[in-house]
Amino acid sequence: MTNEVSIEQQTQHDIQKLDGVVDYLIEKYPNIVTKDTREGYSGVMIDRNHLVDVATTMRDELGYNYLSSATAVDYVGVSEPDSDMEMVYHAYRISGGGALVFKTQAPRDNPVIPSLVDVYPASDFQEREAYDLYGIQFAGHPNLKRILLWEGFHGHPMRKDWKEAYYEEETKPFGSRWPGGQVHRSEEMNPYGKNVKYPDDFDLSRLRDISEESIYSGLGLGVDVQSLGGDGMKTDRLIVNMGPHHPSTHGVFRMVITLNGETIETLEPVMGYLHRNHEKIGERNTYLHNMPFTDRLDYLSSMGNNVGYALAIEQLMAKGSRYTPVPYRAEVIRVLMMELTRIVNHLWSIGFLLNDLGAFFTPMLYANNEREKILDFFEAVAGSRLMCNYMRFGGIFKDLPDRIKSVMNMVNDRIRDFDTMEYLTDIITERLPRFLDEYEYYLNQNEIIRARCIGVGVLPPDMAVAYGAVGPLLRGSGIGYDVRRAEPYSIYPELDFDIPVGVQGDIYDRYTVRMREMRESLRILRQILPRLEATKGQEVWAGGKQGAYSPRIPIGESYGRVENPKGELGYYVVSAGDPKGTQNPWRYHVRAPSFTNLTALGAMSKGHKVADVVTILGSIDIVLGETDR
Amino acid sequence: MYGQGIFKGLVVTFKHLINTYVDDLRYGWRKYSKDTDNFETRQGPKSRGSFTVQYPDEKIAVPERFRFVPFLVVEDDDHPDRPGHDWCTSCGICAKVCPPQCIWIIRSEDPVTKRPVPEPEAFFIDIDICMNCGYCAEFCPFDAIKMDHDYEMASYDRTTTHIHDKEKLSKPFSYWKRIAPTTAYEEMEARGGWEHIDVIKAKKKLANAEAKKAATPIPVAEAVATDAPPVEVKEELSADERKAKREAALARKRTKEQGEGGE
Repeated sequence: MTNEVSIEQQTQHDIQKLDGVVDYLIEKYPNIVTKDTREGYSGVMIDRNHLVDVATTMRDELGYNYLSSATAVDYVGVSEPDSDMEMVYHAYRISGGGALVFKTQAPRDNPVIPSLVDVYPASDFQEREAYDLYGIQFAGHPNLKRILLWEGFHGHPMRKDWKEAYYEEETKPFGSRWPGGQVHRSEEMNPYGKNVKYPDDFDLSRLRDISEESIYSGLGLGVDVQSLGGDGMKTDRLIVNMGPHHPSTHGVFRMVITLNGETIETLEPVMGYLHRNHEKIGERNTYLHNMPFTDRLDYLSSMGNNVGYALAIEQLMAKGSRYTPVPYRAEVIRVLMMELTRIVNHLWSIGFLLNDLGAFFTPMLYANNEREKILDFFEAVAGSRLMCNYMRFGGIFKDLPDRIKSVMNMVNDRIRDFDTMEYLTDIITERLPRFLDEYEYYLNQNEIIRARCIGVGVLPPDMAVAYGAVGPLLRGSGIGYDVRRAEPYSIYPELDFDIPVGVQGDIYDRYTVRMREMRESLRILRQILPRLEATKGQEVWAGGKQGAYSPRIPIGESYGRVENPKGELGYYVVSAGDPKGTQNPWRYHVRAPSFTNLTALGAMSKGHKVADVVTILGSIDIVLGETDR
Repeated sequence: MYGQGIFKGLVVTFKHLINTYVDDLRYGWRKYSKDTDNFETRQGPKSRGSFTVQYPDEKIAVPERFRFVPFLVVEDDDHPDRPGHDWCTSCGICAKVCPPQCIWIIRSEDPVTKRPVPEPEAFFIDIDICMNCGYCAEFCPFDAIKMDHDYEMASYDRTTTHIHDKEKLSKPFSYWKRIAPTTAYEEMEARGGWEHIDVIKAKKKLANAEAKKAATPIPVAEAVATDAPPVEVKEELSADERKAKREAALARKRTKEQGEGGE
């Protein structure tokens, strides 16, 4: 606080405003910090040699202590040849407000950029990802190795000149589909094994060693165990691989754990087993094509994923002249869906946390019973239970149906028929509150849960902010940061709700935060119901008609973020190239909460027993579809 | 007292155990008979206890908007003018809007003039690639491709059976009307009739021409209004106006038919 006062006295710039911050930085670092003046862009451009200096100023003097997203863009062919690799950072104040976007550029053939891990530990995994996918060398990064791909992988797949195995054309729609569409199966044209490229100097017989070596390096093996023992029992150091097929990891996730006896010394997450280069697919796709792909990220909360992507594209569309905002009813339905999704996700995550604690599937199924009712609603409205694909740019797919009604089609089909509003009112005002009461009565005082959760996996608030933790993980540590409040979107400003926070930052706090968040969601939903009644029959598409199937999006950048159940989900989308607007995104980046939350896993697990790792991981609540992308 | 929390939990578990049998007590054997009305209660928001379904002896019927691998709409076999005719005009919008690009279309050509004919020569969907997003059905301007409700598509060999051709994809229009009555009705209202939109347009055109021939001094405004494509007009009209317009169109059609009969 004293810092800020002194700056206010030094300069005339109002650093509470984003413009003031930018002016202050430009004044303090002349010729190093410049305004990003490209059309449709915002924020500042920083000379890469002084990046760490400027970032430290931002964090310490200006209060931008929360790094949300760090990602790279390959501007080959669009910008100057010596500056076509760009790193984009989005930093926020933990007290709320808009993003300070800062960028730095490097030549493509020698992309060396100083690492920001010391300033923002949150950039650790994200820089590794940028190194993996773009080949950017981060000078000073303590552990710079591939994170999503394996060590022997040839090339950096997100670079624009990299072609995937079943490459057909630069962008969709492919010309071979119509009017002369000769059907073929990709795997027949390019049978398995023929699509793998190795570096020239690659020794296939060493294939296994390479990837394993890199994982085990830096884990402190080869230490004289006799000297470690202390005076108690002699213990041995042991490396345990938990996963990728361990049932507690909720998917294909692996933790390389160094144990001293049964105590964890180091823990390193190894991921990428479900990697499919979602972002490269996203760049081949048109803007609209990406919508159903976002369902597949966090497949438990696809409605929230849809909204985040729609927000990012709507921000870009708003840069154009012919933009109409989303109609009110569509916003109401979006919030309805997002809050129901939050309940769906938290029911699942609490159920699984209890599974990890050993309450095998009984509480899980009780939660699933309620979840089922919401999924039935999703199915009737959007057409699918999990892969909803419901949001569109400027609206939603279709208004709510009058009745949730099934039709007899197959043998032994049993039909159901409910009034939509009655159904919603039933589950929101009666069924779910009753269930939450019962669930809390069932679990909150349970001695086993309390013994296993309280004081385990503690994440102190300062560390949570530094590591860029989001969602219930951050709020469990006592930081009341929620995108719905910090940078409101949709109709959240007019809704009345609280942000639950924990006190100690342990597993039990995360569990109670989730429980209370479900209650807050119900509170929001109870405010949504009268709004749904009031807006009945109103338009759900911007401009009153269905959007185009291949919209032309104005050039520029945008970062759309939503508070997904698992935390802040951000989409960084760049439209570049044709000044009249583009049909395919130049860059499509997903800043996934499950991915960044894992940064803190190692620190949280240190010193605990091996059985606790399972619960700590369960309390973060990751989905591998989103972690690996 | 230590252990109280666990005891409370066991009470809840016991309640759930009892609830599992409540349905059995309430409905008895009727729960398992084919024509029950209690399914809706057991699988609705007011249900208590067991929520499982004895698949495949009982299946939860899917809602109207449910989407699975698409099918192509063709005219019914008993259609008077064009039985079995494709609704698809091979415009290619579905192939372009398909996110995983799993639709292949070959457009028909007139053998003599080499000009495209609004009808697909071949139509393939690779159902292994299809991600059931529903875009093809959503953006088809002719209501010719729709999402199916038949989800039991397992087969023993994916390499030979999973590329569906036109024959396998085609299903009659009456099937669509049966599985999605509400949606089909909404689409009918938007088109202005149960026929394919091209047929409706052609009939309208014919009616206009007839009307022009019959009575030359037509008010200009009306002629413009009827010449405009119906798709654009409908969006500006409210339900009542649309209804009035449809009735007017039907009336015109009737007079035209009578006129033809008279000649």
